[in-house]
Amino acid sequence: MSSNRSVLGLIFSNMHDSTIPDLTKERTMGSVLFGGRYRLIDFPLSNMVNSGIDEVGVITKSNYQSLLDHLGSGREWDLARKIGGLHLLPPFSHVQSGMYRGRLEALYGVWNFIKTSNADYVVLSDCDAVTSIDFSKVVDYHIENGADITAVYAKDVITSEQAQNATVFSINDDDRVVDVLLNPHISGACNISLNMFVLSKEFLKNIVLEAASKSLYSFEQAILQGRTHEYKIMAYRHDGFFCKITSMETFYKANMSLLNSDNRSKLFPENRPVYTKVRDNPPTKFGIGASVKNSLIGDGCIIEGTVENCVLFRGVKVGKGAAVKNSILMQDTAIGAKCDINNVITDKNVKISDMRMLTGSQNYPLFLGKGAVI
Amino acid sequence: MYTTKKECVAMLLAGGQGSRLYALTHDMAKPAVPYGGKYRIIDFPLSNCVNSGIDTVGVLTQYQPLVLNDYIGNGQPWDLDKQYGGAHCLPPYQTALGAEWYKGTANAIYQNIAFVERYAPEYVIILSGDHIYKMDYNKMLEFHKKKGADATIAVQTVTLEEATRLGIMTANEDDIITEFEEKPKHPKSTLASMGIYIFTWSKLKQYLIENENNPNEDKDFGKAIIPNMLNAGEKMVAYPFEGYWRDVGTLDSLWEANMDLLNPNIPIDLYDPDWKMYSRNPIMPPQYIGADAVIENSMVTDGCSVNGTVDFSILFEGVTVEAGATVTDSIIMPGSVIKSGAIVEYAIVGENCVVEAGAQIGARPETIENRDDWGIAVVGHNITISADAKVLPKQIISENI
Repeated sequence: MSSNRSVLGLIFSNMHDSTIPDLTKERTMGSVLFGGRYRLIDFPLSNMVNSGIDEVGVITKSNYQSLLDHLGSGREWDLARKIGGLHLLPPFSHVQSGMYRGRLEALYGVWNFIKTSNADYVVLSDCDAVTSIDFSKVVDYHIENGADITAVYAKDVITSEQAQNATVFSINDDDRVVDVLLNPHISGACNISLNMFVLSKEFLKNIVLEAASKSLYSFEQAILQGRTHEYKIMAYRHDGFFCKITSMETFYKANMSLLNSDNRSKLFPENRPVYTKVRDNPPTKFGIGASVKNSLIGDGCIIEGTVENCVLFRGVKVGKGAAVKNSILMQDTAIGAKCDINNVITDKNVKISDMRMLTGSQNYPLFLGKGAVI
Repeated sequence: MYTTKKECVAMLLAGGQGSRLYALTHDMAKPAVPYGGKYRIIDFPLSNCVNSGIDTVGVLTQYQPLVLNDYIGNGQPWDLDKQYGGAHCLPPYQTALGAEWYKGTANAIYQNIAFVERYAPEYVIILSGDHIYKMDYNKMLEFHKKKGADATIAVQTVTLEEATRLGIMTANEDDIITEFEEKPKHPKSTLASMGIYIFTWSKLKQYLIENENNPNEDKDFGKAIIPNMLNAGEKMVAYPFEGYWRDVGTLDSLWEANMDLLNPNIPIDLYDPDWKMYSRNPIMPPQYIGADAVIENSMVTDGCSVNGTVDFSILFEGVTVEAGATVTDSIIMPGSVIKSGAIVEYAIVGENCVVEAGAQIGARPETIENRDDWGIAVVGHNITISADAKVLPKQIISENI
């Protein structure tokens, strides 16, 4: 990114928590595990770092212990900095901040932090979209078009169920947003908001302070919908691989989509690495009698059984004679010998004793919560 | 000067060329050679230090230090980025009297007396970057203190054949060393030095200075410092160590020490949460095992993509084994690609190599008529083995073929 303009990144770690309540019971959306070794926040955070943004604030609300633990000082993202770097912004950290109801209130709550930044532009991102995106191009686009707000979207065909947790844009021929639908009852090809926005700091200041004085809290309702025609809201189309996590089903499918090598190469391009917390696991060990096909596997696993079409996170154990298929096993899950596991999602530290049989269905995988023992 | 005293400082000898590793140490010092899927040899002494509570480590570098310096960096992966102490790379330097290389292991420490004294330690532990082992140095230090020793040498019982290549000593029933011989032709005992020494610093300093001032002596621990101290009647004890310990100074021993990780009967466990081995982790996505893969008895790490057959092998980060390729009983170092139809058996393939389709590296011992012709095949770093080329057992490749 050119050095003559500076950009501040702001990540909302708790937005959309309610869409996957099972996984966010004890954590934020941002700290939901994804893709064998990541948490969802790794994607927006790495995108920002790879786009030359070296000052990032992470806005949290509740349940954020796991998030703080994951991010630490931000060193793994090269954000442990004297100038800029990572800033964790929990609620109640300033006089006017508290349990915010929406993005505008949250921004007002951390305004003192934003105010002290030297940035000219602000990139806002949630943690529900998994993709590799160059924000510097979005900022360029924002400046070239003289936009008030630039909203990033992707073309996608969605089901009416997915639309329940989506923001959909209508866009005119000049790529200007002319209508905004929130959680509409529609299906088919849509312009789906990736919940990433670019604004100048000055413009953000105006809308945040104005909203506070009028007790408006929702950015989507009060600004995107309420001022569609008053403000110049430009749409930036993001092509390439992306997943939106809007439900347990889409979470499952998003993980499984990484078994496709084309998707992987788009999400993990060599020059845009995705950073995450280092756990110092040893390599994964495949034992005698192991049989593994079409699976994505983190480090530190010990596999002695059969694994097919699975995503295994770091430190998973699969016992002798066990068969695990079409499943997502999160960090330190242990599957006993001769188990038969199909269409299952296990949260962290799930222990399944020998000879158990667990089966979910493809559109409704069986979920086992953190630390469950079966 | 404002100092923070440390009870024990570690000095890690990492300047060796490792000439018996040939092509693998052409561009990097021996301690930087990859081992065990995601480690380099130096991770073992460094992790042992941290796990033993030693947080000040001087790393003495000399031969091809670029990879090693870059790898150690500020010591953060081992928690050795400290306000006081931590990891420090110590290359030879220029002084008002001139400049000289490290002339031996003892001279390397001698040239860094000032570094050690910054921490005013009671004890100094001397380590090398040549061995794979997990050891609690703190237990050895307790032993040193309990025995009231001036020097303690960690020892292990070896075979008579191995004894001729190592420092061999005789100790009495109180573990007091009575004799020491460096690489004896006719060993009198099988108690071998593991190259791990703890010295009471004031004594070591005295002997380092005397050794430096004697132009007729080797500037080496095994050849001068240890015999000198023994002859002068200093109290030197042998600290018996029972656990796994392997020298990885030759291609065969490097290959064997890697294969030991795949043998459940050999006691080197990298999965022990109480004695973690730390390393500088690559930033790569998880490994992908493809639909056509056949993989057993192997260790594979992040960034790998396996669609061929892998058995009894260790793949380092970012290795690709294409569908139809076979890798057995081999070690493939970071970033290398084994293309479809290639066969790699009983081999070490260095970093960032490309083995083109149909190439063959190494062979199984049972396919070779004369056993003397058989050995591990080795491909150095950054080498391309062209399609259908053959690398015979025992061959060492250091240029593209």
